[in-house]
Amino acid sequence: MTITVAGTKKEYEDGLTVDKLVTLENVEMPDYVTVTINDNIIEHDDFAGTELKTGDSVEFLYFMGGGC
Amino acid sequence: MITIRRADLYKLISHAKSCLPEEGCGLVGGRTEGNDRHIEAVYLLENKDHSDVHFSIDPKDQIAAIKDMRSKGLVQIGNWHSHPETPSRPSEEDIRLSYDSTSSYLILSIMDRDAPVLNSFRVAERRDVTKEELVIIE
Ligand SMILES: [Zn+2]
Repeated sequence: MTITVAGTKKEYEDGLTVDKLVTLENVEMPDYVTVTINDNIIEHDDFAGTELKTGDSVEFLYFMGGGC
Repeated sequence: MITIRRADLYKLISHAKSCLPEEGCGLVGGRTEGNDRHIEAVYLLENKDHSDVHFSIDPKDQIAAIKDMRSKGLVQIGNWHSHPETPSRPSEEDIRLSYDSTSSYLILSIMDRDAPVLNSFRVAERRDVTKEELVIIE
């Protein structure tokens, strides 16, 4: 299947789950990354149970915040 | 080295002042050339915390900004936030929450309202802070 990861089209096996994609894409500190599929936020508890479909667009967003 | 246009710097300063007493924040996009980074677009985003001592950016606002960058052929270079009453250096909290070692973290101090100071930092392992050489271009 073809999915778009951070704006780039990629080929992956059918049935790929979000937690596997996070590993395959070498996402650093995934606990602190927000994953979206087609602009919908996927909860961390749902990573293992969420399968990607062809045409999906995935983004990895680091938490951006701090203080002073 | 990281470059920012003077006009973009002024946008950050004016937005940061308009957010007072809260911290202002946003993202920066641009182009990379080897180790050099050139900021070509600044994004003024909502501080979801609406606080004078904290900031965070909504992932939905991040996505919108990143899509805009891509449409212009730019990449996300990092983020920026203001320090209304403290110097331009990462706080303990800034360091602890800098999860993206590839990002530039720009901090704009407006503690002296008439003499704002902008610095850019990289943070490795959420611990080791390096100041980047920041050049203002016309
Ligand atoms: Zn800060």
